[in-house]
Amino acid sequence: MAGQVSRRRLLGSLGGLGAGALAAGFVPLAFAEAEAAETGPQRQWAMVIDLRKCDGCKACTKACQETHHLPESFEWIKVFEVHDKQGGAFFMPRPCFQCENAPCLKVCPVAATFKTRDGVVLVDQDRCIGCRMCMAACPYGARYFNYGDPPIASNPFQHPTPEFPVPQQKGTVGKCMFCVHRSANGELPACVDACGMKAIWIGDLVEDVATNGDETVRLSTFIKDNDAFQYKEELGTGPRVWYIAGHGQLLDY
Amino acid sequence: MDQRTHERYVARAMWSIGRGDAKFWISVVVLSALVAAGFYAYVYQVQRGLWVTGLNQKVSWGFYIINCVFFIGISYGGAMTSAILRLTNAKWRAPLTRIAEATAVAALLVGAIYPIIDLGRPDRFLYTIQYAQVGSPIVWDLVAISTYMMASLVFLYLPLIPDLATTRDSMRPGLLRRIYGILALGWRGAAGQERSLQRGIAIMAVLIIPLAISVHSVLAWLFAVTARGGWHSTIFAPLFVLAAMLSGVAAVIIVVAVFRKVYGLHEFITARHFRYLSYLLIALGMGYLYFMVSEYLTEGYLLDAATTPVLEAIFVGTYAPAFWGFTFLGLLFPLVLAAVPGRWAIARVCAASSLVIAGMWLKRFLIVVPGMAEPVMPWDWGRYAPTWVEITITIGTAAAIPLILILFFRFFPVMSVHEMEEVEGASEPRAAALMPGFASGGDE
Repeated sequence: MAGQVSRRRLLGSLGGLGAGALAAGFVPLAFAEAEAAETGPQRQWAMVIDLRKCDGCKACTKACQETHHLPESFEWIKVFEVHDKQGGAFFMPRPCFQCENAPCLKVCPVAATFKTRDGVVLVDQDRCIGCRMCMAACPYGARYFNYGDPPIASNPFQHPTPEFPVPQQKGTVGKCMFCVHRSANGELPACVDACGMKAIWIGDLVEDVATNGDETVRLSTFIKDNDAFQYKEELGTGPRVWYIAGHGQLLDY
Repeated sequence: MDQRTHERYVARAMWSIGRGDAKFWISVVVLSALVAAGFYAYVYQVQRGLWVTGLNQKVSWGFYIINCVFFIGISYGGAMTSAILRLTNAKWRAPLTRIAEATAVAALLVGAIYPIIDLGRPDRFLYTIQYAQVGSPIVWDLVAISTYMMASLVFLYLPLIPDLATTRDSMRPGLLRRIYGILALGWRGAAGQERSLQRGIAIMAVLIIPLAISVHSVLAWLFAVTARGGWHSTIFAPLFVLAAMLSGVAAVIIVVAVFRKVYGLHEFITARHFRYLSYLLIALGMGYLYFMVSEYLTEGYLLDAATTPVLEAIFVGTYAPAFWGFTFLGLLFPLVLAAVPGRWAIARVCAASSLVIAGMWLKRFLIVVPGMAEPVMPWDWGRYAPTWVEITITIGTAAAIPLILILFFRFFPVMSVHEMEEVEGASEPRAAALMPGFASGGDE
């Protein structure tokens, strides 16, 4: 559809413009233009999930599915019930970790998976060929394949974009993308908004802040003071999601 | 080989050309029906979507990826045995190379369509060229498989040229004769033509080996570059290559045995050929066993967090019957069966080959499915059971291989006439002449 230019395509065409200008000797001008095309401050989105607070109600999953019109089997943020060796149990929501060194991104044969300027890994479902190599490569099982038709009929007036892939396209892969369509409008991601325990924090590594909708904290201090960890950090994927270890001890029952 | 034997050889080699007896038509009809059923299942899948398969969010690769690896592996037998036998100038190869090379092409054609069958959006298949991202193992696969396919076709075609000329000369004037004439590229058997042909075949025989190795290496890297337990292994590429060669040689043995029986080639393909092929089978089987032990020992000794659940599932868990079934019935027993001397040698080698082929399919299943089903989040095993769609497509594509071979040999000599004349005649051993140091004489 005309007028539906994804951020990446825009950047791509501007890059082409830049290359042309480079040949003509207008380098600074061309790059200034590319910079100006991106409005708003630079972000590096991150998430902190406080396992001391999560009660496993799955409100986050439901809100996510409602926002993106997903079937029930699509748990872009999935809540696992974990039983540890000491006999304890806790709940662990798993969104996409928006890895800095994303394995899914590297293996895509057609570059349908890409990373935005704001550090979020998106899928261009107009490009995806459905080979599912990314699902094999993701060490967190965060990716979901549209085996069948999406639950809502395609709306001719609404074409899905990587930022708001609704409706999902059959035969392609989708996943959590930190609700960038909402944060662009200054809203919280659906899961953060829906969490009654305020256990999910969305943050920005550049501005070094994070919020759960109630409070705002300094992100780096929050991570450090609470000994937050990244899941499977040893794989070197550089997840942008931190967990605060716990088993629901801050629940106000 | 005296004149009379030679005449009988040529007659047998050309026996199937243009012949359409009841056996031929029954085979063609039955196999075509199976292929049509597979095609129907694929159309059914394309119309509805991949939900008609047993694939799911956890196990998103299944039969199709297994079959891709399996059938391309089968194609190795042709390429590798034929190339190795040519390079080592093994004279006993002459009646076998054509069947081996044709099997390679047929299996490869079938294996190469599986990545497309597996796609969620087959209509976008050409995006892999248009938007090719060279860092992706899928793109490596595409490049390797298509290069290997071209090479296999050339490797089948080059030695066929003189035989096409022979066929042309045996035909009555007409359209068919003209077609064979075009395909024979004006072959007259002149010394210059002979030299060019030998050079071309020698180059292809050398080239096809690294190309074949590259295909199964990149297929292995499809798995090995991921962080999944049981997949992330440095031995995967050579393990895959050896598995492919093993199943390929087994397939060549079966195909040769079938054509020997049906086309009456007993006089020229003898127990000795099967004995030599069984040596190859045993050597490759031992090699595979060694690689497999090396893989599981290093992983099982350390038992890191990612690999342990997969190894447990394979050795003592859900997949244990398949794994031990493969190890004993698909690898160890067939090797013994092929190795012990005694009566019924050919029947035993064929039985061993069938078991090896079934075993190698099972082994690919044991690589793909537990690796997918293992809990990447450590509490969440996946399940996979194929539906009739995957099973029908698998049977249909498997039937396509004999169908392609039967149709191919209806038009082309089943044994290489020219090659037999060459190994029998005084002409210099080709590989030795063209690549000194590479070839070290035949076995006799």
